[in-house]
Amino acid sequence: MIPPETAHAGSASPLLELKNVSKSFGGVSALRDVDFDVARGEIHGLVGENGAGKSTLMKIIAGMHHDFQGQMLIEGREVRFRNPHDSLALGIGMVHQELSVAPDLTVAENVFLGTQPTMWRGVIDWAGMAKAARKQIASLGLDIDPRTRMGSLPVGIQQLVELSRVLFSGARIIILDEPTSALSPPEVDRLFRILRHLRKERRSLIFISHFLEDVLAISDRVTVFRNGRNVATVDAAATSKDQLISQMIGRGAKELSAGESAELTGSGSKPVVLAAQKLSQGSLLKDVTFDARAGEILGIYGFMGCGQIELARCLFGKLPPDSGTVMLQGNLLPLTSTVAARQAGIAYVPENRRMMLFPTEPMYKNISISILQGIHRLWLKPQAERDIAQRHISDLQIRPANVEMRVGQLSGGNQQKVALAKWLTDKPKVLILSEPTRGIDVGAKEDVIRIIRALRDQGVAVVVLSTEPETILTLADRVVVMKRGRVVKAFEEGHVEKADLLAAA
Amino acid sequence: MTDAAKPAGKPFDPAHFLRNQLRNIAPLITLIALFVFFSVASPSFMTLDNLANILAQVSLTSIIAVGLTFVILTGEIDLSVAAVANAIGIVMAFLTLQPDYANIQNLPMPGPVAVIVALIACGLLGLVTAFGVTRIGIPSFIMTLAMMQIAAGISAMLVRGQIAYKFPVIIQVLGSGKYFGLRWLIVVAVLVLLIAHLVLTYTRFGRYVYMTGGNRDAAEYSGVNVKFIIGAVLVISAMLSGFAGMLGVAYFGSAQQNQFDTFLLDAIAAVVVGGTSLFGGRGGIGNTIIGLLVLGVLNNGLDHVNIDSFLKILIRGLILLIALIINVYAQKMRDSSAATE
Repeated sequence: MIPPETAHAGSASPLLELKNVSKSFGGVSALRDVDFDVARGEIHGLVGENGAGKSTLMKIIAGMHHDFQGQMLIEGREVRFRNPHDSLALGIGMVHQELSVAPDLTVAENVFLGTQPTMWRGVIDWAGMAKAARKQIASLGLDIDPRTRMGSLPVGIQQLVELSRVLFSGARIIILDEPTSALSPPEVDRLFRILRHLRKERRSLIFISHFLEDVLAISDRVTVFRNGRNVATVDAAATSKDQLISQMIGRGAKELSAGESAELTGSGSKPVVLAAQKLSQGSLLKDVTFDARAGEILGIYGFMGCGQIELARCLFGKLPPDSGTVMLQGNLLPLTSTVAARQAGIAYVPENRRMMLFPTEPMYKNISISILQGIHRLWLKPQAERDIAQRHISDLQIRPANVEMRVGQLSGGNQQKVALAKWLTDKPKVLILSEPTRGIDVGAKEDVIRIIRALRDQGVAVVVLSTEPETILTLADRVVVMKRGRVVKAFEEGHVEKADLLAAA
Repeated sequence: MTDAAKPAGKPFDPAHFLRNQLRNIAPLITLIALFVFFSVASPSFMTLDNLANILAQVSLTSIIAVGLTFVILTGEIDLSVAAVANAIGIVMAFLTLQPDYANIQNLPMPGPVAVIVALIACGLLGLVTAFGVTRIGIPSFIMTLAMMQIAAGISAMLVRGQIAYKFPVIIQVLGSGKYFGLRWLIVVAVLVLLIAHLVLTYTRFGRYVYMTGGNRDAAEYSGVNVKFIIGAVLVISAMLSGFAGMLGVAYFGSAQQNQFDTFLLDAIAAVVVGGTSLFGGRGGIGNTIIGLLVLGVLNNGLDHVNIDSFLKILIRGLILLIALIINVYAQKMRDSSAATE
């Protein structure tokens, strides 16, 4: 391990130290012999791909996983947390990417959530609370009325209020999970000023992020995780974004395995089916413009929270955009309801399969629900439904091949195939797939990839959205990269590697 | 009832079957138990006359409960059914020539016209509810609570504390007439139940009702017009309530305020005791029939045994509580068995 060399090296032992920590989930190891330490008054960046073990490590530190091998020491003394409460009591606080604020309560109530000051017999001391909350948030350089309703504030401010709650609870070690993913550049600057101020107060910060520029800008040291191991802990000043990416991926350009690079074949000759123009939605989507072409798979890549999910919902009429238009084969597509989107020929499988399946209903009813009007006028013809379902089951090799099987009893991969089968009877013009291969086993993954390619070859315009570069590189003919609600880069043709995607996002 | 198909190729597992069918079996066992109990406890219970009596007593409730079954199957609720029934019965009476002693300032019309206008009126009330729930986005619980007040207001405005006694002939016959000793009301109720069962089980609309209740997101992501389905069941519920209201005033022989108040709880109880899931997606007319009979036998049977009449109210409440517990429990077991297998 690289010895700690921090800007503020003080006492002998680091504030937080983990030694030889391993953790596995049901035989699958998530962390292997990890050494990790944070010094007093240090901002420590933590980077790695999805599934590299960052969140498992943070959950151990925050007391959410207690059965792990190895040692955790605070100021040189070994500690063993049984629950998040223990961790909090020793001064470890966390600000999650999905903020855990109560939007309908006031700022003051959020700062004091769970620890409201009381006068006597449980009566809340409102005046005292407002005063203390104002002081607390003012110490972060924020001037907001503590009686403001939380939900009316911008996300960046909400995040700082949550940070002040963590600080107020007396945290010395603060874990920040993707703190900049939803922030605009000036908000990032403000956050960084506050973090540097906290560093001056000798608090320690663990800064987890996919945004490597941000990590490099704020951190003293950076630790890189890959496949559950700490592969490097380096001085932020002595490294670069490219170096971090190559450490995260772990291979030189010459030895890339499948799904880590692709030859894009996007060509302008194919007819544009769907053209999105300047779609904007609140703070989530900003001027998103792209097109999808017949017989082509468009990959849309970005980190979690980059606006992909919202984009897909917009296109399927579930989340109406504030402004912007979508043209479908030259006609304006109404973005008002899923019914309109479906009738226009758009099909969508969301990232969470359960969102479009009926687990307690048999397979044939799940498959036929989206095509019922094509089969029946008034009376149901269950036999026709079963026949259609049977055809899809054999085409897609769904196991077990029993139309009466309840969908909840199928494996994840087979559930994904059922979700796809819903849209295969009447071929859609545009098929939008969020995370089509997430959480399914290898065999099913290959089947799903084969099905998606077959649809492309039949002329469907396929849009695949994913936070996994491998998924995008395996499937896409063309790639668009999204970052903080915007399209920031497009790869049309030629050789592209995982590192290119990571660097662009 | 639900047609839960067993996965073929699996050996029959009685425990598994019981778990999945709890919501259907428990009400049936309750019905049989109550039936046996009252037959033994009172000699006057198990007579042909009394059984016909029970059927007549549940007929009105059954028409309202059918509409509620549609609504509850989508996972919504309609609290305005009884008030709408009352209002529409009164609207119809308001449009019928009343005797002088009724003392109501009304607007007499020919019988068939009065019936049609009353039906249009309840359709409109249903549309207002549907608009509030699906377009404005008011939760059905609150929206139908408001509609309950509106309908009660209509009733009050039209009769102003008076009582109407005359109704169109056709309604008079269907509501209180007999055909060779068989009440027309029972025939009408059976027809309504039958048609509703056919619609729910064998039509596309019925499938959408179940799927919307089963997983609303999934229905929406599958391109089902969920708002239309929910709006439609609320209109159906209002129409059937209004129809029951018309037959009801004829059955009672008078139309006045607050005369349907007990029907709201009875109809909800019938649907839920029968085993239709309060979360939507499970149950059906078969369940509602069993639920109606359980309530009918209970209400009637308690009159035949020597029991404190005040205690009866408590007993009904306890039976409803037990049914609710079974309902929620059955849902949980089914969910967990679907998730783990």
